[in-house]
Amino acid sequence: VATTVSAQTLDLERDELKFGFIKLTDMAPLAVAYELGYFEDEGLYVTLEPQANWKVLLDRVITGELDGAHMLAGQPLAATIGFGTNAHVVTAFSMDLNGNAITVSNDVWRAMKAHVPAGADGRPLHPIKADALKPVVDAYRAAGKPFNLGMVFPVSTHNYELRYWLAAGGIHPGYYSATDTSGQTGADVLLSVTPPPQMPATLEAGTILGYSVGEPWNQQAVIKGIGVPVITDYEIWKNNPEKVFGVTAAWAEANPNTHLAVVKALIRAAMWLDADDNANRREAVELLARPAYVGADAAVIGNSMTGTFEYERGDKRAVPDFNVFFRHFATYPYYSDAIWYLTQMRRWGQIAEQKPDEWYAATAKSVYLPDVYLEAARLLVADGHAKEGDFPWTSDGYRAPTADFLDGVEYDGRRPNAYLESLAIGLKGRDTPATVRTTATGGAPR
Amino acid sequence: MSVLIARVNPYLAMLGVGWLVPILRMASGDSPSVQLKELWRELGVPMVAIALFLAAWGGVAARIETSLGALPGPKAVWAEAENLVAEHGTERERRAEFYARQEARNAEALAENPGAEVRVRRYTGKPTYFDQIFTSLKTVFTGFVLGVLVAVPLGVLAGLSKTVNAAINPLVQIMKPVSPLAWLPIVTMVVSALYVSSDPLFQKSFITSAITVTLCSLWPTLINTAVGVASIDKDLMNVGRVLQLGWFTQVFRIVLPSALPLIFTGLRLSLGVGWMVLIAAEMLAQNPGLGKFVWDEFQNGSSESLARILVAVFTIGIIGFLLDRIMLALQAAVTHSATR
Repeated sequence: VATTVSAQTLDLERDELKFGFIKLTDMAPLAVAYELGYFEDEGLYVTLEPQANWKVLLDRVITGELDGAHMLAGQPLAATIGFGTNAHVVTAFSMDLNGNAITVSNDVWRAMKAHVPAGADGRPLHPIKADALKPVVDAYRAAGKPFNLGMVFPVSTHNYELRYWLAAGGIHPGYYSATDTSGQTGADVLLSVTPPPQMPATLEAGTILGYSVGEPWNQQAVIKGIGVPVITDYEIWKNNPEKVFGVTAAWAEANPNTHLAVVKALIRAAMWLDADDNANRREAVELLARPAYVGADAAVIGNSMTGTFEYERGDKRAVPDFNVFFRHFATYPYYSDAIWYLTQMRRWGQIAEQKPDEWYAATAKSVYLPDVYLEAARLLVADGHAKEGDFPWTSDGYRAPTADFLDGVEYDGRRPNAYLESLAIGLKGRDTPATVRTTATGGAPR
Repeated sequence: MSVLIARVNPYLAMLGVGWLVPILRMASGDSPSVQLKELWRELGVPMVAIALFLAAWGGVAARIETSLGALPGPKAVWAEAENLVAEHGTERERRAEFYARQEARNAEALAENPGAEVRVRRYTGKPTYFDQIFTSLKTVFTGFVLGVLVAVPLGVLAGLSKTVNAAINPLVQIMKPVSPLAWLPIVTMVVSALYVSSDPLFQKSFITSAITVTLCSLWPTLINTAVGVASIDKDLMNVGRVLQLGWFTQVFRIVLPSALPLIFTGLRLSLGVGWMVLIAAEMLAQNPGLGKFVWDEFQNGSSESLARILVAVFTIGIIGFLLDRIMLALQAAVTHSATR
């Protein structure tokens, strides 16, 4: 990488770009890069456009109507392996860590609360496990009523997090298969797709009894008084990777310098968001509250963006890392993050057959582009916008194995098949949804 | 004077200002008591009705508690309308700053390297409410014009030939009641497949919305044209035949002028349907017009969202009304000249 190259000499293939996003607080790096002029500093003239839902967003990136977009980490991976849609989509920039939560309706919470142990201060002891939800689900099933939950997309972080939480509490979320694209085969609870901004309204209408979604839609439920967030994804998997910035492989190949310039601007935006111990978050909240971006009330967005999270109304707790945009090398596209998502796709049947460990590594390599990221980082250091220590220069793309999960199961990105074996509920080895269906329901809590 | 007033009367009524007539009559010396009664009916009653509506709305809205706060009353909606105008002003300032920054950057590039290729890029900020209204109008007229270009020739053929009419009638009857929401996914996929260009002149969302408008709005024009043409006085057609006019001359000199009143009725209905359909199409196709404004505000779910959506509701209504009046005026003008 040439260290003498500066912003002015990046020979941009195109400079008028349009990026899509979904109205969620984790689109913040895009809004910040636009409003603070980081895109323009790179000579980029970017238009940001909210999209109706994740499917529309991905389709418009694939057809070229959008140059790139704020995506669910699972979207580029699923598109590339041909689940749901088939297109080679890549990412060189991971947008954030954490930032989601699971909310249940007031009625379900009242029923659940009896099974939640209280802490020394009388408040519910956190993290709240799905074990407390299990009796409620059983009661619904005994009464012959379906227990419906909402998540935002079949390959969304939220789907996998909700499934992880449920399965860790012995509730089976159901398998996907060639004949069941809704993922409800053998399910104790029925998961279905609802676009994030509509979650509160759908919960209020009683169509679903709970949901897994990003902010501000959990805090919105608290403030509207229609539901109670029970657990954040930070508590399910500490510092889990969340959204990514995705472009098609063809776009990345045709516009290498533009891609670098975009990643540079986004890294600067992420740095600003986390700078000086979140000192800029108030300003970020004001930005995001504008109708053109997230558009929810500043008070709702501020609840989670400023290091706190409100569970039951009045039960506001400090979660300093609820939204991480830059620390912990949050923006570096780790292969191991990609592989975790692939393991979950396999676990729940979206990948129908067993794949060797090498397949996981190769797929991650074809979608995640840490080289592009580091090249952009190198340019930022040369420009004086970042410090040498801000980036994991020597990483081989795998985070160290971690057991920072709700249930303490260790994840090592180099051994995906072994990881699948260690999870009680879920496909492993040569399983297919058909072979395990009869034994799957109601696995024991771990 | 009174003859003049009588002549302009229908035009004033058409423009929705029929209440000017009694005032004009009074000014020209007509009996004030009769004219005052007329004025009360033309202006007073509607005003009272509107006032009652606003009062009822304000009273009921305050009691309906949604999860986004109470349903906004007239005052909150008016405040949001003012807000949208103010936002338009702010956004225009931001646009000016954007161009100033760009100019400075271009000048700098030229100073560094006189041969540098500089150009001015379009503003990247969000469209304002007025931009969105304009986009919607542009889209609906594109769709409407496309529809007319198809519907009128087809209608003329169907009106002239019983065979053609029999051939297209079942199709028309089946297509006519289809909702835009059903067409949209198909139109989207077809546009994506066929409209491939690296530097497209129009956005796909624009084309998708316009074509959906076309598909839903061409039927009234088609049917009315066919009926209008079929019901032309047979004597007129026979005169054409006696004079041995060519087919095209006959169509343009006899058929179209005679069928114009009904064609225009069809056009007016079509534009009305098109405008109604457009909002739904824009919501789904994400065409940056009023439909997308409503959708985005619904998604925002802020405490102002409902009031902003109501501003859009009234805007859509008022524009729909104006479009209808314009078509009515055109129809009156054309019918008049046709019967002369």
